[in-house]
Amino acid sequence: MVQFEVTVNVEGGLHARPAALLVNCSSQSQSKITLSKGTKHADGKSILGIMTLGVSQGDTLTVQIDGADEQNVATAIQQLLEQSS
Amino acid sequence: MLKGIPVSAGISIAPVLRLTHETAITQAESTTSVDTTQELGLLSKSVEQAREQLEKLKEQTEEQLGSEKAAILSAHIAFLDDPAFVGEMSALIENQQLAASAAVSQVADQFIALFESMDDAYMKERADDIRDVSRRLIRNISGGDTVISYPEEPFILVAWDVTPSETLQLPLQHVRGIVTAKGGATSHAAILARSLGIPAVMGAGDTLMEKVDSGSLLIIDGTTGQLIVSPDADTLATYQEKAAQEEKERQLYEAIKELPAETTDGHRVHLMANMAVPEESDALIASGVEGIGLFRSEFLFMDRSTLPDENEQFAAYKHVAAAFGDKPVIIRTLDVGGDKHLPALALPQEENPFLGFRAMRISLARPELFLVQLRALLRASAFGRLLIMFPMISHLEQLREAKRLLEQAKAELRAEGIAFDEKIAVGMMMEIPGACLQADAFAKEVDFFSIGTNDLVQYTLAVDRMNANIAELYSYYHPAVLRLISQVIEASHRAGIWTGLCGEMAGDPLATKLLLGLGLDEFSGAASVMPKVKERIRSTSVEEAKQLAKHVLTLSTVDEVVQYLKDKAL
Repeated sequence: MVQFEVTVNVEGGLHARPAALLVNCSSQSQSKITLSKGTKHADGKSILGIMTLGVSQGDTLTVQIDGADEQNVATAIQQLLEQSS
Repeated sequence: MLKGIPVSAGISIAPVLRLTHETAITQAESTTSVDTTQELGLLSKSVEQAREQLEKLKEQTEEQLGSEKAAILSAHIAFLDDPAFVGEMSALIENQQLAASAAVSQVADQFIALFESMDDAYMKERADDIRDVSRRLIRNISGGDTVISYPEEPFILVAWDVTPSETLQLPLQHVRGIVTAKGGATSHAAILARSLGIPAVMGAGDTLMEKVDSGSLLIIDGTTGQLIVSPDADTLATYQEKAAQEEKERQLYEAIKELPAETTDGHRVHLMANMAVPEESDALIASGVEGIGLFRSEFLFMDRSTLPDENEQFAAYKHVAAAFGDKPVIIRTLDVGGDKHLPALALPQEENPFLGFRAMRISLARPELFLVQLRALLRASAFGRLLIMFPMISHLEQLREAKRLLEQAKAELRAEGIAFDEKIAVGMMMEIPGACLQADAFAKEVDFFSIGTNDLVQYTLAVDRMNANIAELYSYYHPAVLRLISQVIEASHRAGIWTGLCGEMAGDPLATKLLLGLGLDEFSGAASVMPKVKERIRSTSVEEAKQLAKHVLTLSTVDEVVQYLKDKAL
């Protein structure tokens, strides 16, 4: 299992469009992906779950990835969340 | 009198059609069921039905209203695929023996509550999408009617809220307005109403439904948000007058839609539109624009961690080129840096980003990336009428280097036997004062100029356009900006090339006559404002415009210019 913290830099936070990008990325993976903000958790493959975390730009997320391709997925997700636009 | 949030301009007067369907989804009669298998079957059947309905509606919407609006329905379909949505419903049925409709309603209510509790207005509006999809699922489960029957005569829809898919199913020939108790300016219904030109007032409050009955006459003013139920004779007459005036304008714009942008004495200019994403193509073509004056290629590069390769770029440019056929599409090469960051390029943080490493400066520093874009553009040019435009050029050497790389890309394609438009036109943005002052030299080496007023004002007046403290200094009516524009146009005409203008100024009707008088050949702005610009052009003579421009160039302050233009507009 991989776990890391990331500061979300996406402009305007995780709205529908960036959330959809994230889901696209997670859904291609066999791993189980969980995003946590404080005490709230969301399935990385659920667009609604991610949107309802209410992630704003500058928020810190904890990402947990468990599965065969966890290392690759971790890199991709980290990049996605750290990019600024 | 009732008042709401004005979300789509215009006045409407018509009888009310009141829809009283539920606001909450909680309408499941029996909450538990003994037959879990049956309920799971009902749910999955309903989801499949919903998917088919949405796919069909999406197809219709795409045909009638363009792919941008159809994207709303894609989002709804995505919810059906979301494990936290349908998956959660199935789990409730299995674990708590809930009836299918009760499970839908429970999950939907959770998400609605979550979205509505969020601070962000945009996220609050997403509750609408959940409501929409959930209602559809419940109607499918109960075998209810998914189609509302509308009257065959004009009406104003009054409802608690209107879901996006309901908006898309409204009979456009009869609906004259939309009023809702809930919702706001960023809801899908509001966006749709605006793009369809239907006056709308939203968020009028919970008392709306009590105060308005089906059949009563209603006046809505989508510009002020005012609602007048059963108006007296005087009020009615006033608003009828206003509505008639609006209708006259609208008809005028519609009547000149197919006519050229030509002055009363036969001088012809071209009205184009700016475009951000290829999905806008259909709507823009339907609106009657002559072509695209500015297509920003940045959209392909944003929101991603890797750069688009040649084939991906080619596909996007080709789509637009083919959609517009023989209408020109001016594609601007990558214009990032400044306020637009690009993760994949890992640009350094800068003290003065707008004076720094951006646009053409990046393309020339990274020719291997620039060549990919040029090759993609050239390949796409075989499928329509593309023009290439270079941004942020200040030095002649930059233009020459960019053109050299273009020639290199052409030579590569020739060697590979790949088709492209050998005569593809090449232009440059005029947005740096230094380049404007040297326009005569540049004019000898390009096919056209396009003045970018947003940056030109910023650089000419040394005013950061994002800084609210100095916003009042920012104006394209500043005499210095006008002189530069005038010089650029004159230099282009002396060299036998044409000049366009893309930027807010092109869509400002107050500036139309002035720009025409300065000799501008092409105007490119938001498609929604161009009918007004066309009307201005068609109602003046080029002689009159030239006199006006000549006088404006003698004025010394922004206020004097604006006042003079306002006086002359009357």
